[in-house]
Amino acid sequence: MATKEYAFYPGCSSQPGASASNYLTSVNSMCKTLDIKLNEIPDWNCCGASIGYAEGGELPRHAMNARNLALAEKELAGQPVVATCAACWLSARETKERLDHDSTLKSDANEALKEAGLQYNGTSEIKHMVEVLIEDFGYEALKKPVVKPLEGLKFAGYVGCQTNRPFGIQGESFENPVYLDKLVETMGGEAVAYDQKVTCCGGALAFSEPEKAQKQIKDIVESAYDHGAEMIVTPCPLCQANVEIYQGDVNKRYGTKFNIPVLYYSQLMTLAYGGSAKDAGLNGQLIKAPKLEAFAAKK
Amino acid sequence: MSDLNTQAKEKYHNNFLKEVAANVEEGDWVKMCMQCGVCSGSCPFGPHWAHPPQEIFMMIRAGKREEVLTSDSMWMCTSCYNCIVRCPRKLPITHIMHGLANYAHRLGLAPKNQPTRQFAKLFWNNIVKTGRVNELKLSLGLYFKDGLASGVKTGMAMSSVGLGLVKAKRLNPMEILGGHGCKDIKGIQAMVKKAQEIEAKRKGFTAA
Repeated sequence: MATKEYAFYPGCSSQPGASASNYLTSVNSMCKTLDIKLNEIPDWNCCGASIGYAEGGELPRHAMNARNLALAEKELAGQPVVATCAACWLSARETKERLDHDSTLKSDANEALKEAGLQYNGTSEIKHMVEVLIEDFGYEALKKPVVKPLEGLKFAGYVGCQTNRPFGIQGESFENPVYLDKLVETMGGEAVAYDQKVTCCGGALAFSEPEKAQKQIKDIVESAYDHGAEMIVTPCPLCQANVEIYQGDVNKRYGTKFNIPVLYYSQLMTLAYGGSAKDAGLNGQLIKAPKLEAFAAKK
Repeated sequence: MSDLNTQAKEKYHNNFLKEVAANVEEGDWVKMCMQCGVCSGSCPFGPHWAHPPQEIFMMIRAGKREEVLTSDSMWMCTSCYNCIVRCPRKLPITHIMHGLANYAHRLGLAPKNQPTRQFAKLFWNNIVKTGRVNELKLSLGLYFKDGLASGVKTGMAMSSVGLGLVKAKRLNPMEILGGHGCKDIKGIQAMVKKAQEIEAKRKGFTAA
């Protein structure tokens, strides 16, 4: 198969030394195996995330996203934009949808973009990395490079919000999306059924309303344990960070003894494709995943 | 009471529904709500809203301008988009809530020490400074928002998490010196400023 190329929007959290740097490590390893070439959008900026609404309003947020899309159109013409972060993907898609359907908003955005010497035309398609995997490859093709199936390992597929709503993955339901479970199974692992698959982790309010958000996190982790999961796996950097980082606080607040590793789908895929613990960015886990480390060390 | 606020009130002759339709993101959808309550029942922070979305919609129609714009309800939105996908009338509820919160914030009516309002402001100012998020400065900014003493306390409480992240190479202490950023930050800031000007004109955020 020929190399597939994409205009890559890694997002702030994927940068070296940022909270999802291990996500990018594993995405790079996974893409190497699948012969995907990610061409970083030159000088991309923050998408504004959802929380940008309060101070950023509408147009400034759309301008931020339109700048990335305009850069991709100009520098990487014809390549679909692919984001690995749920918020980056959602914001970019939201902007595209709004600008392509509202000519006033589009001309306003372009007037602002002129200040940065750019123009948005709306020619690029926008995809989440998961869509690249499922739509441009498909489960069969993803299975082919598996050399070490994740046999006997049990995962709770935590889809969360923003990779799932409001756009979601084509053909999946909002209430019970199954693509993540299918990815886990394609890699030879077991996806447990549990009832908090699309529960909100609190998002940005984990910072501003810790008590309320930690109740959400408690529900998610508790259900994963109750249904026999050994690890949680997710496609979203904020879900990953919130559900992993705050387990200690949740334990203090609720007297629980949670200590469940939270991983990215790309880390599982890297390992199933024969990658090392380092290739998969396992050293980036705050809550270590000894079962996966042992699995990675196995020949 | 700010000038912008008085101005908006006079312009719409106390017809709050019209004001919302004109000035709030996706506000023209408010009249489509049929009061089924699915949004309120679907919200992860539902119990914490003084007035859940369904109620907010009815209050807008009843002209309860002050009560809506000074409420901290909309600030409970986690942007999970559950309400949007479940609304039988397909109202973009998440966006309307963001829009209402933004409008209240711009008019100076939003609750002053509302933590999400404060965090959102920190976040936006953080990203337009360099074009990208500086996670270290963002966290520190949040810890120290209520002053030095409480900042040190929160910082200490979070220090094990912070050290863990540093060890895992997911937090870089050197970010304090500047950190990641875009090359064309001048262009970005000029663009944002222009966008703010256009939006202010369109939504009546500039005093007459």
